[in-house]
Parts: sequence; C-alpha cells; structure tokens
Amino acid sequence: MPLSSRHLLGLQGVPKEDIQLILDTATTFKEVLERPIKKVPTLQGKTIVNLFYENSTRTRISFELAQKRLSADIVNFSVGLSSVSKGETFKDTMRNIEAMKVDMVVVRHSTAGAPKFLTQISNANIINAGDGIHEHPTQALLDMYSIREKFGTLEGLKVCIVGDIAHSRVALSNIFGLKTMGAEVTVCGPSTMIPRYIEELGVKVIYDIDEAIQENDVLNVLRIQLERKAREYFPSIREYARYFGITRERLEKIGKDITILHPGPINRGVELSSEVADGMNQIILQQVTNGVAVRMAVLYLLGTMN
Amino acid sequence: MNVKSKVIDETAFRRIITRISHEILEQNKGSNDLILIGMRTRGEFLAQRIQNKIKDIEKIEIPLGVLDVTLYRDDFRTRLKQPEVSVTNITFDINEKHIILIDDVLFTGRTVRSALNVLMDFGRPASIQLVVLVDRGHRELPIRADYVGKNIPTSTNEEVRVKMKEIDGEDAVYLVEMEGEK
Repeated sequence: MPLSSRHLLGLQGVPKEDIQLILDTATTFKEVLERPIKKVPTLQGKTIVNLFYENSTRTRISFELAQKRLSADIVNFSVGLSSVSKGETFKDTMRNIEAMKVDMVVVRHSTAGAPKFLTQISNANIINAGDGIHEHPTQALLDMYSIREKFGTLEGLKVCIVGDIAHSRVALSNIFGLKTMGAEVTVCGPSTMIPRYIEELGVKVIYDIDEAIQENDVLNVLRIQLERKAREYFPSIREYARYFGITRERLEKIGKDITILHPGPINRGVELSSEVADGMNQIILQQVTNGVAVRMAVLYLLGTMN
Repeated sequence: MNVKSKVIDETAFRRIITRISHEILEQNKGSNDLILIGMRTRGEFLAQRIQNKIKDIEKIEIPLGVLDVTLYRDDFRTRLKQPEVSVTNITFDINEKHIILIDDVLFTGRTVRSALNVLMDFGRPASIQLVVLVDRGHRELPIRADYVGKNIPTSTNEEVRVKMKEIDGEDAVYLVEMEGEK
C-alpha cells in the first residue's frame, strides 16, 4: 500500500496508516545498514537534489547517506556557493534545477511553506527537511521510530517536549505525529516559549520540569537555539539551565528512569548536563542511526511511487 | 479467477520435501558448509521444512536465513502497485559456503536474479543452488533450478498458487485461470 501523498511536507494531517508504513519500512532499512555492503539498488537512475538554504550537518549528512545507500544520483546545493548570491530567486533556482530533470528534491529553507511552494512549480517529489518554524517531519519520524523501538508502541505513551516550543519545527512535527499515533503529548518550557493556544492542538502544558519528569515516560529535549536570539525569551542561559536543564541530580531527586531524546546538536550544560547527555537513559545516538533508516524509508516510499 | 486443478496435494507435497532434502545431501555429499536461504514468504517456510527434514536424516541443523528481494527488483517503474518490503535475516557469514536458495515458484527468473544480487552483496559464496517447488516455465532470463518439486507447464493467463500450512492452513498447489486483466 503506497503513501497517500507524493510529497512529505509535514506531519499535520498525515494519516496514521502512512506514519505506520514509514516506521515499519524503516525497520527493513535498519537491517540494510547492518549489512557488510550497506547499499541497495532500489533508487538506481533516480536523481535527487538536496536544496539547503540553511545550514545543517546532521540532517544533510543523514539524507545524503540515505540517498547513497539507495543508489540514487545526488546533487548538493548550498546557498553560499550558488547563484543565489548573484540574486537569483528561489523560484528561478527551482525552475532551473527542474529543467535538468530531477525526480526528487529535499529542501531546507528558513521560510515556512517553502517546500509547499515548490510542489506548485515542480513535478518532483518534495521532501521537507525543515522549513522555518513550521515543520521538520523526518526528524519527528525518527524520534517516533526511536521511541517505538524502545517501548514497542506509541499508543498511550506519555511524551513531553521540553524547550522552545514556540520556535521549534521539531516540536510541531512531533506534536502532530505523536498525537496521530495515539501518544499523550505534553509541552514544557518557560512561558515565553510556549505559544498561546497550543492546547488547541490537544497537548497539555506544564511549566515545571520536575512535574513533567514525574508524569511522563519520555522527554524529547529540544536545543535552545542560541543563534536564533533564543536569549530574548529568558533572562540568562544560566537561569534557563537552572529551571529547565535536565541534570543527574534532578533525575535522582525524582528517582525515575526516564527516556531522553535530543535532536542535536546538544548545548551541554544548558538543556542537558553532560552526565545526562552521555548517560544510560538517552537514546540520542540511536536517533542518529535511525535517522538514516527513516529517511531511506521516506525516499523509498516516495521514489518508487508511480 | 477460477481454480482449474489441484496439482500437488498434501501427500505429494510431503514427498517432494523429502526427495529434495535427499537430493541436496546427495549432490553436496553431506551437509558440510551448506546454508539454506528461503525467499519470503513461502520460500522461508519451504526452507524450514527442508531444514527439519535434513535434521531428521543427518541429525545436523543447517543454518537458515531469510531473504527479501524487494529492494533489488527491476520493476519499480512498471508496476502499478508498490511492493511491500520486509526484513532480510542472514545473521551468519556466507563466504565460501554452499548456498541452497529456496523459492516456491520459478517463473520469469527475475526474482531469482534479484536474490543472486542480494547474496553477492553479503559475500562470496562457494556456490548457489536453486530449489523450487514448482517450475512453471516462461523464463525471461538464463536461469534454471537445480532441484524442482514439479514441472507444471502453464499458459500466461494461468497462475500457480502455492498454499502452505504456516500461513494458508493447508499444503497444496493450485493452478488457477485468470480472466481478463492480470
């Protein structure tokens, strides 16, 4: 059974069956990654362009590896080295790339909705690799895959997303995906970073991190985006770390084994202490491994659609 | 679709497994360095049956792996339906081993071609031999089976349906006729 859409723009409105299919298919690819030759010929002859208008290490390498392991031909585009610096518009850039006959485009852009715009001017399959503060669907899928791998299911699981909920595309995609899969979602952070009306998405809001740890099975701890003026929303990094940072002392005081995810890169000593980041209960590196498998699944399911 | 005939019944099914198990042992002069690889879905169950039979005969358990060839298929562009993938499970080294590849029906030979490619990605086996329950003809590639349960000549509007107790509740092979569209 194929996916219901030929693009992956976000997880809002994506049916449960589609998410289930992607997560199940990812298991197949995880096995491929264990093989001596970690490559299958599935997307042979398909051309994929990675259109990155924003910096990225993890997501780009992860997508690139996923594409190479499916034997696709790939072209990487980074804004700094391109004609964008000569003033070419986003639309013209895309039109030109399209004219070179590409099958799929993976796009990251600082403007929300950029991937959706591409679907209107291109025939390629579009995959959103993060658009502004809107969505980052493959990150949420790999988070869900990692949680499901540990707990066996997402149904009824209590997951709390901690940090800057208002400016996080990871948070939003996670909320949509987890809700669809039947998890109970809570968000936690300083009140300046919790958007008004967030409850309307069916999530609970807690402002006290101790209470959040107490009540949940999983914490998905977001990165405080220091480069994006995050500090305007709280008085100091130290204060944030004191009130919302997850430390060993805090976990010991509450006396609970809680599973911790982080999309990376970690600000050590801010949202997670080093002890916790390297501790037993985090599945942060599994997330990275699973990221390649999940992206292979998405590329496979979209790339082999007729 | 209507069933034309039952071409293999439960007794014949059992005898085929027994005969092929003996043939494998005879051909390979015992069970040294043998590996069974079943192709999903029914090839896996056939492989288990052969494994058990050889255990009865020789008191030796031959390693068994399972292969899913979906990712290696050559018909992604022409198929209307997207194939579902499942997991390949080969947890041992296949280098310098004699592989017995097992599938239910041999038809165009394209699935076997995919399987050979997958196996080559896992290592360099000493040899690969092919077991099929039914050879229905119509090969499109230069591939043949080393052990055949039964040769069943078919026309292109016929299909061979293999049923096995593990998932279908019975051991049998039916010849069915397709009407109109494939």
